[in-house]
Parts: sequence; C-alpha cells; structure tokens
Amino acid sequence: MPRRRGDIQNPDYVKDTLDRRSFLKKSAGLAGLTGAAAYLGLAPENWPLSLKDITGRRSEPTVESFRLTDYRVPPPPGVKDVVVGRGGTVEQRLAKALDGIGGLTHYIKPGDIVLVKPNVAFDRSPNLGATSNPETMDRLIRMLLVDCKVQEVRVADNPIESPSDCFVKSGIAGAVDQAGGRIYLPDSNAFRMLNTPGATLIENWWFMHRPLTNVDKVIGIAPVKDHNLCSASMGIKNWYGLLGGRRNQFHQDIHEIVSDLSIMIRPTLTILDGSNILMSNGPTGGDPSNVKKGDAVMVATDPVAQDAWAFEHLLERGTDYPEYLHRSEEKGSGRVDWRGRLEELV
Amino acid sequence: MTPNPLQIQVQPEGPPKVLKKFRLTNVRIVSQAFFFAAFILAVWATWTSRLGGYPVSRFLEMDPLVGLSTALATGYVYRFLGWGLILLGVTLVFGRVFCNWMCPYGTLHQFIGWLVNIRKHPDRWKSNYYKPIYFLKYTILTVFLIMAAFGSLQIGLLDPICLMYRSLATAVAPASDMLVGILGNKVDWVGIDPGLLDPLLFAPGSQNRVFVGSFWIGLFLASLVGMNLVIPRFFCRVLCPLGALLGVLSRYSLFRINRDVHKCTDCNLCLTRCEGASDPQGALRLSECFGCMNCIDDCPEDALSFTMIGQDKKQVVPGPELGRRRLVFSGVAGLLAYPFIKNDGVNTNENYSADLIRPPGSVEESDFLSKCIKCDQCINACPTNVLQPATMDEAGFEGLWTPVMNFNIGHCQLKCTLCSEVCPTGAIRKITVEEKLGKGDYAEIGAISLGTAFFDRGRCLPHAMEIPCVVCEEVCPTSPKAIQTVDVEAKNVFGEIVMLNKPFMVPDLCIGCGICQTECPVTDSRAVYVTPVGETRSEERRLLLNKRNQAEA
Repeated sequence: MPRRRGDIQNPDYVKDTLDRRSFLKKSAGLAGLTGAAAYLGLAPENWPLSLKDITGRRSEPTVESFRLTDYRVPPPPGVKDVVVGRGGTVEQRLAKALDGIGGLTHYIKPGDIVLVKPNVAFDRSPNLGATSNPETMDRLIRMLLVDCKVQEVRVADNPIESPSDCFVKSGIAGAVDQAGGRIYLPDSNAFRMLNTPGATLIENWWFMHRPLTNVDKVIGIAPVKDHNLCSASMGIKNWYGLLGGRRNQFHQDIHEIVSDLSIMIRPTLTILDGSNILMSNGPTGGDPSNVKKGDAVMVATDPVAQDAWAFEHLLERGTDYPEYLHRSEEKGSGRVDWRGRLEELV
Repeated sequence: MTPNPLQIQVQPEGPPKVLKKFRLTNVRIVSQAFFFAAFILAVWATWTSRLGGYPVSRFLEMDPLVGLSTALATGYVYRFLGWGLILLGVTLVFGRVFCNWMCPYGTLHQFIGWLVNIRKHPDRWKSNYYKPIYFLKYTILTVFLIMAAFGSLQIGLLDPICLMYRSLATAVAPASDMLVGILGNKVDWVGIDPGLLDPLLFAPGSQNRVFVGSFWIGLFLASLVGMNLVIPRFFCRVLCPLGALLGVLSRYSLFRINRDVHKCTDCNLCLTRCEGASDPQGALRLSECFGCMNCIDDCPEDALSFTMIGQDKKQVVPGPELGRRRLVFSGVAGLLAYPFIKNDGVNTNENYSADLIRPPGSVEESDFLSKCIKCDQCINACPTNVLQPATMDEAGFEGLWTPVMNFNIGHCQLKCTLCSEVCPTGAIRKITVEEKLGKGDYAEIGAISLGTAFFDRGRCLPHAMEIPCVVCEEVCPTSPKAIQTVDVEAKNVFGEIVMLNKPFMVPDLCIGCGICQTECPVTDSRAVYVTPVGETRSEERRLLLNKRNQAEA
C-alpha cells in the first residue's frame, strides 16, 4: 500500500511534517524560481536572456532569408551562347544542341546534385503544349545520370493546379520516375524567404527552397508558349514556378517580375523546347489546334538571347520583343541581340 | 473454496487444453485490427497520386444501411451498393457481429474505452446492464428510413461508416498533416536535410488543406468518443442506426450466445466486459448483442457458449425493445421530419444559395439530396481542396456536410473526375473526362458546367483602377477562353499611359471551374466569382436560352 499524505483513513498515514532542512530547501527553491522569473520578465531588453518587450515589436515574427548561389559555369571557349538543334527526333535535337554548347559533361560534374526545373504549371496532357515535354525530360535525366554520373537529379515545380495531378497528367511524373529522377512536390513547408539583391518586386519573397538544398547545378527546361499579358512565356518566365506566396499580384507589373526572375536564379543551362509550340490561347492552351509542331530544341547560357530568338522564330512574332527582355538586359542577365551569338545545328 | 489439486487431476471432462487456450476474443481482436487498418488505409489511399482503381469506398458500399436507404429514396441500387448483402448475410448467420468484429467506428469506441480504462472499477459490470435509453437507436433508424422513403437522405448524419469517414477526412487527416507539417518545418530549421522528408501523410503536395466547419465535425467526433466515459460504447448502444438495423435482423440469426442455466451460478461476471449491454446474465437481448464473446471468456463456469445448436429458447429476448407505441411515435416523427426539413426554403429552385455549387457529375439538386450520404469521400479525394462540407448557409440543414465547391479555396481541375469516381451512391454520377469536357461522344451535349463566372467591375483592377492584371484570363482553361479581354491604352490618374487588358465573360464558354475566382488577387470578395446559375445539371437553374458557340457549330 503506498503512503498517502493527508489520508487519515489510510492505515499507512504519514504525518506531513516540515523540518528545518526541508523548509530551507523549499524556500531556496522558491526564491530561485521567483528571482529567475523576475529577471526574465523585468530585466531591460538589452540584457542577456531578457524577455522584456516594451514596444511589442520584439515579439513580431522574424523571417530569415537565404540567398541562392550562382549556378553558372563558364562555357568552353569558342562556343556560342545559344545553340539550336534541329531535325530528327526530340532526343536527337536535344543531343545536338547540348553537343553544340560544349557537351553536358562540361557543365555537370560527376557527383553533382542537379535540379531540373520543368514547366508543369497546368493539369494538361503533353500534346497540348502547356507543359514541358516529357520525352525531353526523360532524355535529359538519363544523360545526367548516365553520361555525367550525377549523384541525384531533382525535379521540382510549384504548379498553379494540384501539384500531384499536374505532374502525373503532364507525363512528367512518369518520365522522371522511369529515368531515375526524384520529384519534389511543393507543400507549405517547401518554401523559405529568398533574398535577391537588385530585384525590384521580389527582393524578399517566398521561394521553393527544399529542392534547392545542397544543389550544385540548375537546369531550366521550358516550353514555348503564348501569353496574353506578357506576350510570351518561355525560358525566363519558367522560373516563376519556383515562387510561392501571393504571386498572383505580379501580373500588375508582369514585365518587371519576369526581368526580376532573370536575376533571381542564374541557371547552369536553360533549355527551350520548341517541339510543341503553344501559338494561341496561352498559357493554358487546352486544344490541340492551339499547338504548332516545331523542330527546334535550344540550349543556352544566355537566357535573354534565347528567349528573343524563340519569340522571333518559334512564336513568329517579329522583332518587337517583349518589354521584359529589354529590362532583363538592363539588369545584366544577358543580351537581347542574339545575332552572331547563336548557332543552328541541323 | 480452495482448489483441490487432486480433483483437477481426476476430472476427465471439459474441453482439451488446446481448445481452452484458443479464445474467440483473440480472433475478434485480429479481425477488428484488420478492418480498422483497412479503413484507415482506404482514407489514406483516397488521394490523387494513390488512387489506382482500388475499391476505396468498399466500406461504404458494404454498409447495408446505405444500400437500403438509397434504394428507398431513389428506387434503385447504385453501382456497388449490392455489397451490402454480404453484411446482411453475415448478420443472419452470426447476429450483429459486425459491430464488434468489423465496424471501424465500433473498434474506435471500444479501444478508447479500453484506453481510458473507466471500467477497471470493481463495479464496472454495473455499467453494462441494459438501459431503457438504448431503444433510441431504433427510433433514429425509423425516422431516417421514413425520411429516405420520402426522398430526403439523412442517414449519413449518424451512420457509423459515413460519420467516421467524414470525421477522418475533414478533421483528423488535415489535423495530422498540419501537425506533421509543423514538426517537419521545425526539423527543417534545425538543419536536417529537409529533402528527406515528405511531411504530409494524407495529402502530399498540398498546401494545408482546410475544411469549412471541420471544427464542428471534429467536436462531434470528440464528443461521441468522450461519451464512452459516461456510458461505455455510448454511440453504438444508443445512437447507431446501422447497429439498429442489424439488431432488428439479428433475431433471425442462426448463432447466438447461449447460457446453460444449469451451469450458471448467477455471478454476473459475464457483464464485466459486455460490449453491447445485452444482458447475457439473464435472457439475452439478441438485438443488442455485438457478439464480442467477452462473456464467454469471463464466465468461470463455462456456462456461456456461442452456438447454433442446443439454444435455450427461454433465455432470449429476440427483438428490440420498441413497443408498438414507440414505433408509431417514431413513424410520426419521421413523417413530420420530412416536411420540416424540406420546407426550410433555403434550397429551392427559386431561392438557393449563390454558393451552392455542386461538383461535376452531380445529379439535379433534389435528386442529389436523395442520394448523398455526407460521407465526404469526394471531399477527401479532391486534389485542390475546392470541395468542402456544406454548412447550413449553403444547403440548409438537409444538405449539411454535403459537398459544395468553394472557389476561394480551390478550383475544379479540368481533367479530374475523382469525386465522381469515388462517390458510392451516385449523388455524383461517375463521369469520364470526355463527358466532363464535352469531347468525343459528348461533343453534341457539350461540357458540364458547374455555374457561371461574373465580374464585379467595381473591384476589378483593370476595370476600376486602371491597373493591369488579368490573372483570370491567363488561367481560364477553356479553348477558346471564356474570359477574354478588350485591350485599351489609357492614361491613368498620374498621367502615365498604361496598357489595360480589360476582362469580360463569355458565358457560353464558361464551365464554372472557378480557377478565375481562386487566382483573383482581390482576395476578400473576389472581383470575379462563380455562382451556380447556368449549371448543366438543372433545367430550372439554367441561364442562357442557347449557347451561341454551339448554335454556330
């Protein structure tokens, strides 16, 4: 039978006594606790361990931000900034373009962790041209794993529609799984505050951070799409898909945000897939009649020139380039004038 | 009495040792664990990246109350609801064993009761006496069935499978995801490679699913579970309409608990862990017995057995304690409940909520209310979180917790028909993507429209404030787009020339998917919003006389 204090009925009742020793012990303990509480609550703000908050601002949540590293790699000498692969299958065009820019192995080293960023913004089948081409994805991931012997290929995007659905129905999930890559879906924990010096709208903005942890190289792979507001969604606009937060506000200044994207992340390579070109009803498409079959895959170290050429030759919209390309050039992301810096391999 | 070792040695009768060790209650626990795990697995698997033709709604389809009440309400038995016959068969052979061998909700209550150990009291057998209040479930069943016969299906409020599914899907699963997410985030900051974590268990890749009114659904669950402290198995003994239905049927069952009055010493130990409060110490109340077999375990005299042969006909009360008076009273209550709930007037074709947008494939509203069992499985399957349990504002009490679409939270994805795939009763008829989008064989009928989008030009940035925007036009998924723009160059109040793409609606093309509303940056009261008028499921709620694009084609 356990001893119970205060229970007189209990035969094992122990009288509750307070001797000097325990009195002193208890007093000391109480004084210590009270003193500690008094210090924490009353000490001035600048004292160590003080919890004092006079203005109420000290308790405001602070968000730590991080910065991205520059993922660019100097191209081998004599190589053009933009290379277009033409003819044959998508895989052949991709291989041609990559060879033309100096070979994928020049940019990616064995043991690297590589992030591949496709455009999976919508829940559309691949033939509708609204999302990146799964065949190109498949080929690229296999090259990275087999030829470049990378440690891991990650694939990530923050789609507008349900992430799981967009990845599955665009065919990207299947391609990535088969080729041996790993998909990172955005959930509320995947984002952190990114600090981009020089950006006007997104100097500090929520960014899909998780897939970029410990990443060595970044490759963007985007389709070429019509877009009502900014006239074309191509390689640079693709990075929009790593933003989180209330990004639907950016349409109020779309050209500024796209040019901000060009300095937000400095990818190793940008691949622009002109196989299914969304000519109208973009960027969602929705009908095969909106899509034109093309035969060009572009790889670039200068995403601005790449977008300019694609705007002119793939979307066939002349040389009245979108405003955001000029602003990107002003911000130092590349040069709009692609002439003399581009090579077409047939 | 002290045991005499000699006597034990010479006693030759009694079952052999092996059989004595074999306990039916152990088998029962295995069965309960299996069905409980299967149920959780089904809730877990009902997510867009996991569904692959598995029979995730089998529990709901096996529920004979779902089959019976929808058959009463509609006159037909939808898709797989015939599976309920299996359970009827089991009940006719073994009695109401579903409640303590299969029902996941019963298992939950029993487990919680065991966990809090309220019955470890020396007098705990007293809480297992039959109480008159236990007749209430038969009243509830009668009221629900009569209402169903008139065409208003309310069994889902209390049917244990529907109730448990709803509670898990809209309260427990998102709570689990949120807690795991918060913890996952903490781990992120500590510096463990966050790439290794896939924090969300039930809805990976989603951003914190929320469910309108899930607080009340969660509180309802917690209250019912908490009632186990007052009356053990409170829900099962007092409220459960499915238990009542099976209880009525169990009077015809072949097997039952039988008491050998010659062996019985009236010690009442059989009541110690009696789950159903079915009085095994006296005349067994067959309709109350869950077949938990605890009494057989607890009987020191081997006087109780679960048997088909040699039953003592005197020691049984076959039917439920529902006298003629109570039956008539319940019937009248059901009769009155129907007009009460229908004349509420918040969901008629003249006066219906602008927020009452039903998922694609839903049948016409009154038909819908005669089929929907509020299990909220569709809501769990929805990948964009647009499907929400209705509050009384949208659909009145009759439509409480039925699925409605809230486009502030999500949108209806173009190529998704998951809600229609999982619906066990056909309130959301099974449709294909072709049918939803009006392609292929359905080209002449056209796409299924959930409603029509409207602009609030006083709040729209390009219209009211000369600020460029048109996110709505960008995301509009139809081809050609139902939201188009008039492009004007205007001088704003600061003297700057701005290019404005002013959006306008083409109602003929709008399918009411709501992505424009979801993505509209005017977040409190959206500048573009969808209302159900023009939904294709209803002739009465039509908007356009002709769809101009179809007239041309």
